[in-house]
Amino acid sequence: MTHEEATKAALPVTVIGGYLGAGKTTLVNHLLRNAQGRRLAILVNEFGNIAIDEDLIEAEEDGLISISGGCICCSFGNDLIGAIDDLRSIQPVPDHIVVETSGVALPGAVVASIGLIDGVQPDGIVVLVDAETVLKQASDDYIGDTITRQLSDAEIVVINKRDLISDSAAQRLTDRLAALAPRAAQIETDFGKVPLDAVLGAVASPSAGTIEGGHADALFDSIALNPGTPQNVAELAERLATGPHGVVRAKGYLAGDDGAIWLLQTVGKRWQAEPLEHAPEPQLVCIGPKRDFDAVGIRALLNGA
Amino acid sequence: MTGTTIYTARKIITMNPNQPEVSHVAVREGRVLGAGSLAELEPWGDYELDTRFADKVLMPGMIEGHAHTMEGTLWRNVYVGWFDRMDPEGQVWDGVKSIEGVLDRLSEAERAMEDPDTPLSGWSLDPIYMNNQRVNRQDLDKVSGTRPIGVLHASGHILNVNSKALEMAGLLKPGVNHPGIPLGDDGLPTGELYGPDAMTPVAGFVGYDRAMTDCDERGLVDYAKLCVRAGVTTSTDLASRLTDESVAMLLDVTGRDRFPLRVVPLRIFLGMTPEECVDYVVGLKEQSTDLLRLGRIKAVADGSIQGFSARMRWPGYHNGAPNGLWYTAPDQMSELYHRALAAGVQVHTHTNGDQATQMVLDMFEPALRANPSPDHRFTIQHCQLADAAQFAKMGKLGMCVNLFANHHFYWGDEHYRLTVGPERAQRMNATRTALASNVPLAIHSDAPVTPLGPLFTAWAAVNRITASGRTQGEGEKISVADALYAITMGAAYTLHLDGELGSIEVGKRADFAVLEDDPTMVDAAALKDIAVWGTVQGGRIFPAADL
Repeated sequence: MTHEEATKAALPVTVIGGYLGAGKTTLVNHLLRNAQGRRLAILVNEFGNIAIDEDLIEAEEDGLISISGGCICCSFGNDLIGAIDDLRSIQPVPDHIVVETSGVALPGAVVASIGLIDGVQPDGIVVLVDAETVLKQASDDYIGDTITRQLSDAEIVVINKRDLISDSAAQRLTDRLAALAPRAAQIETDFGKVPLDAVLGAVASPSAGTIEGGHADALFDSIALNPGTPQNVAELAERLATGPHGVVRAKGYLAGDDGAIWLLQTVGKRWQAEPLEHAPEPQLVCIGPKRDFDAVGIRALLNGA
Repeated sequence: MTGTTIYTARKIITMNPNQPEVSHVAVREGRVLGAGSLAELEPWGDYELDTRFADKVLMPGMIEGHAHTMEGTLWRNVYVGWFDRMDPEGQVWDGVKSIEGVLDRLSEAERAMEDPDTPLSGWSLDPIYMNNQRVNRQDLDKVSGTRPIGVLHASGHILNVNSKALEMAGLLKPGVNHPGIPLGDDGLPTGELYGPDAMTPVAGFVGYDRAMTDCDERGLVDYAKLCVRAGVTTSTDLASRLTDESVAMLLDVTGRDRFPLRVVPLRIFLGMTPEECVDYVVGLKEQSTDLLRLGRIKAVADGSIQGFSARMRWPGYHNGAPNGLWYTAPDQMSELYHRALAAGVQVHTHTNGDQATQMVLDMFEPALRANPSPDHRFTIQHCQLADAAQFAKMGKLGMCVNLFANHHFYWGDEHYRLTVGPERAQRMNATRTALASNVPLAIHSDAPVTPLGPLFTAWAAVNRITASGRTQGEGEKISVADALYAITMGAAYTLHLDGELGSIEVGKRADFAVLEDDPTMVDAAALKDIAVWGTVQGGRIFPAADL
């Protein structure tokens, strides 16, 4: 059974939230330009200022933009559930759905709703913040509680526009965000340049070893491992998600110590491990910010834990 | 219609302060040629004297400033509300006073259905009046175990469904994890769905599909019948998406010879950027006709008070519920106001909580300073919890308000007891404070949330009685004269239509409500009971009995 077969049953949906100006649209564009062959279906609240380079657009019809490489983009207005339903009947079926919420949406509520749709699987809550303005926004009379509620839902916080603040300000911001978003891994970036694998999860690749990062991914590291020894997969998942190894996302199939092949996934500090009846070859991919990423520690976890 | 007809009536209430009451009105070419005594009108030349209204009272055609034409489509479903309510054909449905009664009425409708797969849809359930007794899927399964059934609550925020509907939506399974979907002891959903997020996946299977807020052709025709029965000659539709198809339908239906209603639909600010939305309605405006007035925007700042999704200032909800939700970000609202003012496009903004109202004021003032617009008439809709300072600000900024007077009757007790507590419940829908602050005032039903009927709405603002019979907010009562003005000239003013509509005087459209009794003479407590004979719209006569 291939990876595609293992995952086609449930279409992953990643929700990208954050207030106006945090850089959600920029991030979405970055993902579209760096989709690496994945067929992404991007759902936006409104097209508005979405600045998809014209040479990327193949067709535009009935509110649906087709993008070279098999990605599509459409707006959902007030009917996200309906739009996701519609996407599932598109051929070929997308590999991954990305929902860019409105600036005042609570992404946890959006994910709860998506969870009601058969055949899709919520896969990560990413909340963007503007490094320069988020703390001011978090204490605003009108939107303060919206910002903090968005952050408390987050599994990955992308600190965008990092270049606009000093290192000491960044440290204060990181500490504050750790309190506001206790379940989240943090990623710092500029211009929404976050690797696809960090935002959407890795696709375990056939060749184990460190994955080459593109220009935009220079701030990120990842490793692909193929551990020979059986693992206590649930314990490993928890350690990867909550430990100090700088893992933002991990995904793979591992031989469990019970003899079964397990699916392991982590997003931020949330983890999931379940035995599968059929599964592809064991393979684990972890990704995180280069600054925090502890590849040696991760290898040690797999070999010695 | 080139000739002149002079109607005589028992009394004609004009809303023209120079001659508040007259005996005759002359109509030519669908407009008021003059109002006065017969002797004053005769010099206009040949006329035909029409005495059919000799024992009736005429007043300006009433204007519903905040309703949804989808009420017309809802009447195809089974009415299970607590209060008696009249359908488009004039049949009054008795209010249902128990859950058993609700199930009986649904069963009766079920037995009359031929196709076994057609969903059975009920609407306007309100268990608030039945000790908040819950309705679960097992209850509805007694009506049918094989046909999908859904019952929408009066608030529009809760949907009860049977097991078949859950099964069709793929939700009759353990492990459903959603705050709006309670689970029973068996681990399966109870069939109660709270909030649009939880309702949407099932709604399509029980006859409440995605586009239910968009009225269809038959629904609009039926809605217009309700309007005639209520004495309404102009109604807003707040709001709709106004797609090309729906605008074509609106132009078709409102262009028919015997269509009795002027429709003012507002384009909802949703799924478009402020720039796109303003451009869109500027384009729509050019398609306007006399009976279809396009070119306005409806924006939504927050949710509802009884749904705990309204945005509240300190100290928040009386029962400690967390603050509600923004439906539009403040920055986006600001941009919308700037662009709309610059383009001369009017925006009506929904607010319920007092923080939402404050946000609108805070975003609007700088936009107005940047785009001076002496006659913008931007209107806050509902605005239920505004305090005196906020009304004062609205007055200074030249804003209008359309208060939800009916709400006070239907949910006033709930607000007193649960949502905002006694003190703030008294100031809800503060009509008197609005007038004292020089804020042009309209009042509304928000049909289908509450029944269409401006005389009832006027009664609610005059008496401020709640469903349990308490007077709530004595100091916010207004006079009958002010209330009648609000449902005619007041509403016209909020739509920039006061030059054409809202009073019976020379030059205006010949739009009249034809009443069996005199609202200025009956006891204020009886205002809501005045029978409506029908309407005159653009000089065309529409007896309710002939619809």
